[in-house]
Amino acid sequence: MNGFRIAAGAAMLSVLGACAQPPAPVVVADPYAGNVGGPARYTGAVKPGNLPGTVTAADFARTAGDTVLFPENDASLDGAARATLVKQADWLKRNGSFSTVVEGHSDEKGTREYNLALGARRAGAVQEYLVSQGVESGRIRTSSYGKERPIEVCSTPECQARNRRAVTIVSPGTGV
Amino acid sequence: MTRTLFSLAAAALLALCAAPLTAQDTPAPAPDATMTAAEDQGPLRIEITGGQVEPMPIAVAPFFDEGGAGELAGQIQQVVTADLTGTDLFREIPADAHVAKPTAFDDAIAYPDWRAINAEALILGAVAVQGDDVTVKFRLYDVFSGQPLGDGMQFDAPREGWRRVAHKVADQVYARVTGETAYFDSRVAFISETGPKDARLKRIGIMDYDGANPIWVTDDADLVVSPRFSPDGNSLLYTSFASGMPQIMLMDVASVQSRPLKMEAGTMSFAPAFSPDGRWIVYSREKGGNTDLWQMDVATGAERPLVETQAIETSPSYSPDGRQIVFESDQSGSQQIYVMAADGSGEPQRISFGEGSYGTPAWSPKGDLIAFTNQQGDSFHIGVMRPDGTEEKMLTESFLDEGPSWAPNGRVVMFTRATPGGEGTSRLHSVDVTGRNMRPLDIEGAASDPDWGPLLP
Repeated sequence: MNGFRIAAGAAMLSVLGACAQPPAPVVVADPYAGNVGGPARYTGAVKPGNLPGTVTAADFARTAGDTVLFPENDASLDGAARATLVKQADWLKRNGSFSTVVEGHSDEKGTREYNLALGARRAGAVQEYLVSQGVESGRIRTSSYGKERPIEVCSTPECQARNRRAVTIVSPGTGV
Repeated sequence: MTRTLFSLAAAALLALCAAPLTAQDTPAPAPDATMTAAEDQGPLRIEITGGQVEPMPIAVAPFFDEGGAGELAGQIQQVVTADLTGTDLFREIPADAHVAKPTAFDDAIAYPDWRAINAEALILGAVAVQGDDVTVKFRLYDVFSGQPLGDGMQFDAPREGWRRVAHKVADQVYARVTGETAYFDSRVAFISETGPKDARLKRIGIMDYDGANPIWVTDDADLVVSPRFSPDGNSLLYTSFASGMPQIMLMDVASVQSRPLKMEAGTMSFAPAFSPDGRWIVYSREKGGNTDLWQMDVATGAERPLVETQAIETSPSYSPDGRQIVFESDQSGSQQIYVMAADGSGEPQRISFGEGSYGTPAWSPKGDLIAFTNQQGDSFHIGVMRPDGTEEKMLTESFLDEGPSWAPNGRVVMFTRATPGGEGTSRLHSVDVTGRNMRPLDIEGAASDPDWGPLLP
């Protein structure tokens, strides 16, 4: 059984990032199975996924994108945000050993406490969307930093726009 | 070190006592030829209302050293004078303009000499130090009516508490002249900020209302925001990110020990406020992205929801009688201010209907006004309105003003003013309720989130 899973995992690794649909059944040879001397044939559905240790959190940010942006005073997800979240969800489904924290942020305009609540609302919107795409809700924790942790320190409208964000941070381990 | 400093301050707090000077200590007024003319002036009084008020000219005679005081006599006099002139309700007549030069605390007052320099009020003080103790006496005189205004008073305190004694003296003068309650002998909890804007380090400080004697009650290892005093000033609620999400902590100020308020796991909590009797805490609690108002019994930790909607409810503040709560909600589509019964009965009533959005309402300790943050486009204002939403008045305007907190007498608010850009920083400012006397607080470094504690006993 072990050898089978390794083989399947290696096969998945080669198509990383390209599979939004469950893969077709994979045929593998299992040297540890019965049928001495002959090939073993498995046709069951293989659960997609990478083995722990073969991918890193950095891979998530690079391949799926860890940040989505929001309009002013708003937690709605536009097309670009949803496209990013679909990729995040795919990655998380393939890498079931990772858990995630979604951190909501706001720009510096607005009051401190309202911005904490607004960041929470943004993180909640991301969590809800990831769950709708098939990620187990128990793997996603949310937090909010409001306006406490801007990524841009300038005060132009463009900078403010980049600070109105939710960042999905993945880490190895299923606990959240 | 922090704790040592604080316990010294606490010791000063406990030991300070005040007593009126006995009637026989009050010297008889000197013969006064211009009495009749002065009677037209009416009693000495500053009314804190709207409009431009000319500061009242006061003379503070050099405080006498009645033994062992040395430089302390002058230092105490300076703090008394700074408290009073800092309100912009008083203007000091400098000592080199004084005609009369009293030689002892009990000297008869040469009213004509003080009238000659247009002093309306005169303060005489004396300081004595014996061992570790300081004794401060003062008398206040109404120059134009030619008589003392109230009894003289004597304060005894540990020597290191001398600034508090000075504030007590100034409080007496302020209260007698304005008819308002005092506020100088009070402390402010705040957030001290260091480091760049995208990696700000924050810690909680407690300082005298004028920025003196800051002490630190948290280190800057964990992000902290919005400290809030209990009504007696002995506890502090604040929000810490130590657990990776905002969570309300409760600190015993004397021991500097904190514990998190017990909440359902995985929920964020922030924006706490005590009820005036200290029995309840009202705060924001988040679940699944939505933020509602909750209430907790401090003694038992039992929680109950107060306002549950699909909108954001936050920044609650109790009325001084404890019967109502003012808070902000964006259920109308933008942040607006609502008032509700503190027991959760009935529907919250919206009270803000002006231009822009409204947040961080703070109910005045006098009960007559609610201070708030108002945002109109790209400019922010601190404003006040009646609890029914009428008589709205903006007091400030800047790139970002927010989070007003009331002085214990409800006549001054302190707030955070932030400046834009990468070099942008935050400073504490105060402004009085009429919109006069806007001034930055004189403290080192960046600061935010002031919470003005009670008048100390």
